[in-house]
Amino acid sequence: MSGHSTYQPQSRFMQWFERRLPIVSFMHASFVAYPTPRNLNYWWTFGGILSLMLAIQIVTGIVLAMHYTPHVDHAFVSVETIMRDVNYGWLLRYLHANGASMFFLAAYIHMFRGMYYGSYKDPREVLWILGVILLFLMIATGFMGYVLPWGQMSFWAAKVITSLFGAIPVVGDSIVTWLWGGYSVGNPTLNRFYSLHYLLPFVIAGVVILHVWALHEVGQNNPTGVEPKSDKETVPFTPYATVKDSFLMVVFLILLAWFVFYLPNYLGHADNYIPANPLVTPAHIVPEWYYLPFYAILRAIPSKLGGVIALGASIVILAFLPWLDTSRVRSAAYRPLYRQFFWIFVLVCIGLGWLGAKPAEGGYVIAARFLTAWYFLHFLVILPILGLIEKPKPLPNSISEAVLREGVPIGAPAPAPSGTKH
Amino acid sequence: MTTMSSAEPTRRDFLYIATGVVGAVGAAAAVWPLIAQMNPDASTIAAGAPIEVDLAPIAEGQVIKVVWRGNPIFISHRTQKEIEEARAVDVGSLPDPQSDQQRVKQGHDQWLVLVGICTHLGCVPLTRQGDYNGFFCPCHGSHYDTSGRIRRGPAPANLPLPPYEFVADSKIRIG
Amino acid sequence: MSPSRHILAAALAVALTAPLGPSAAIAAEAIAPPALSWSWSGPFGKFDRAQLQRGLRVYREVCQNCHGLTLVSFRNLAEPGGPGFTTAQAAAIAKEYKIKDGPNDQGEMFERDGRLADRFPAPWPNENAARAQHNGTVPPDLSVIAKARTYERGFPWFLIDIFTQYQEQGVDYLVALLKGYTDPPQGVELPPGTSYNTYFPGHAISMPPPLQDELVPYTDGAPQTIDQYAKDVAAFLAWAAEPHMEARKRIGFQVMIFLIVFAGLLYFTKKKVWADVHGHA
Repeated sequence: MSGHSTYQPQSRFMQWFERRLPIVSFMHASFVAYPTPRNLNYWWTFGGILSLMLAIQIVTGIVLAMHYTPHVDHAFVSVETIMRDVNYGWLLRYLHANGASMFFLAAYIHMFRGMYYGSYKDPREVLWILGVILLFLMIATGFMGYVLPWGQMSFWAAKVITSLFGAIPVVGDSIVTWLWGGYSVGNPTLNRFYSLHYLLPFVIAGVVILHVWALHEVGQNNPTGVEPKSDKETVPFTPYATVKDSFLMVVFLILLAWFVFYLPNYLGHADNYIPANPLVTPAHIVPEWYYLPFYAILRAIPSKLGGVIALGASIVILAFLPWLDTSRVRSAAYRPLYRQFFWIFVLVCIGLGWLGAKPAEGGYVIAARFLTAWYFLHFLVILPILGLIEKPKPLPNSISEAVLREGVPIGAPAPAPSGTKH
Repeated sequence: MTTMSSAEPTRRDFLYIATGVVGAVGAAAAVWPLIAQMNPDASTIAAGAPIEVDLAPIAEGQVIKVVWRGNPIFISHRTQKEIEEARAVDVGSLPDPQSDQQRVKQGHDQWLVLVGICTHLGCVPLTRQGDYNGFFCPCHGSHYDTSGRIRRGPAPANLPLPPYEFVADSKIRIG
Repeated sequence: MSPSRHILAAALAVALTAPLGPSAAIAAEAIAPPALSWSWSGPFGKFDRAQLQRGLRVYREVCQNCHGLTLVSFRNLAEPGGPGFTTAQAAAIAKEYKIKDGPNDQGEMFERDGRLADRFPAPWPNENAARAQHNGTVPPDLSVIAKARTYERGFPWFLIDIFTQYQEQGVDYLVALLKGYTDPPQGVELPPGTSYNTYFPGHAISMPPPLQDELVPYTDGAPQTIDQYAKDVAAFLAWAAEPHMEARKRIGFQVMIFLIVFAGLLYFTKKKVWADVHGHA
């Protein structure tokens, strides 16, 4: 990446500094001179949006931690103290809670974009796998954060999710006891979840650095899936990508603000405003919306161990995507069949999410089983076979050719989503 | 340069500057709640509301401590001798010149009410000790007299007076 | 491309129709409370001060015999965006309560008059005492009850709510519950000590009908009916659950305006920056 830098220190001090710590030229190479394909569309801005959301979550989280008390007797009241007494406490907490939702929304869009345009394919496999690791860390962090307010949903989420580990043969029960730090979910559990919830975001930030490093090593994919062939097909990251990312970041913040200020509890659960009660389980235990597809997969399997395995496999399988997809063409723009199956897969995920919120009974279970089967078939059967039988459309020789031919396929920089909900 | 090409950069510059300024204003506004949240919250402020102290049980020569806003408040029922000592001093010679009359409420000369925090580095002084038989800070050796004025040692100022008033002859409200 | 189009169409059809059957059956069980119109709904909504004051009166004369409000402080009653009492009025209300304090110099707990900084005291010393008094149930604390109760909105309402900003399910449920006492339908056997309520999940509620007409005297001429009492106390509890709601919506509007202006400026900046890239491909 340093190869792209045109940075020349001007002042004597900067020259002196550069010889000792070349961080300025490093930043310049990574975030100013770094060449990005000129035909990226707005779906490519979600990496930047995710960085912003991570920053918002860490900053609001650090200040919330100044007021929160991780103790079963005080956690619920300390959260309410934040809401009622701390200056702007309600704003910080609602930002953090809804920020988590928007973080996942952006992550899912980012992933689907990668799937649509084949961004996981050679040479970007490690980049993609780091992304799967980030998703896993986000899931763990979000779950532990949800436990902290110590409402009914917090408590029962902690109980149900930790009990998953009880499915492990032989040592399962010992592991669950170890996770709890007791014979039930209690104060030791809350306290360690708080500690880990504070730690993991910094681990995420570390993996994000690796993710960006890997990205800058191999360069960005683009809507054609054809690698840039000359400098004419790229533009420097700054100002082109920075201003474009900034625009979409602010548009995304409008969405976040809509929920924070006008619907702050829409994405949460009423039951979590009831203090945790270890003796009474709420009628419907439902995770946050962003876990619902995985939750539906868990419940679709009529065996404890099987459900847990399916749940884990549904995430782990993503890491094998670069090898399960046998097609040598990256972008769905040139893969007519894959494009259909991609959208079916999106619908399957949304369908699983919807079913995850429904009680596990009757037709819902049958539908969840069908969609769970499809979810795995998509990766294990459809993708390997599609690559072999599909006749891709002719690829352009270069990005420039694609741009000249019909504007950019699919990914033409769409007109800005102006005039939002106001 | 033609007029057109010189007008173009100006309009462009204006757009860039306007965007930058609005962004900076937004960033500053976003930082404010992060700063404000560290100020005392509403319950802390409310808990710091005035408190009332009944002076009747305090015997002459006794010093009691009450807590207001988390800080010790000394209430000293001074003897006649202590008052006279405090008033015999040449005010001009003190490090922090203040007469004893300025440090008590008129007509209640026997009652000395102080924030019991050494003005040096915040330790709590011992009562009725030190070279002047007033207050003595053991941390770094500051001596205060029977009016709570600094006489010797590193402390720069007299023991501060909390806001208070007499609501009855033997009752004060601090705060 | 027609075979692949068919695949997509078929998948859509399956996704949309298959799961709809059972949802209708489940929706029939629960009865949705009527959606009422509230002064504070929508992006510019504000609480009705007189209504909150009446609601506090209902809470104090009826609810507080069994239900706590332990997260609300007396000072909150005089804070902006609330019932609009003066500090003196709030202090006078506080003074009518006895607060357990101590230990004193003799090491004993004692009772004193309430102050602005105090929170509403719970009506019972601990949960076991509440259970013993109330037939084995603990009357829930009402501080956040308006956010802790809801009902299933169902499709498509849960999507429409995002745009209409409807978030008063909890309050609507509270009103419906307070007015929802009826005689049990034929053949329904209630457990002892419970009443039949149309809107309570399971219908058998431990709380006896709390309200009746003319129960609480109003001084501002508002009707002294169950309907009015229920609405007033629900409104009061909505404020108690979200005391900064007015500030939230006010700041929210400012933030929205800012973000839209900023997004617009960035859009034009982006267009300018990219002007020399497009078209010269």
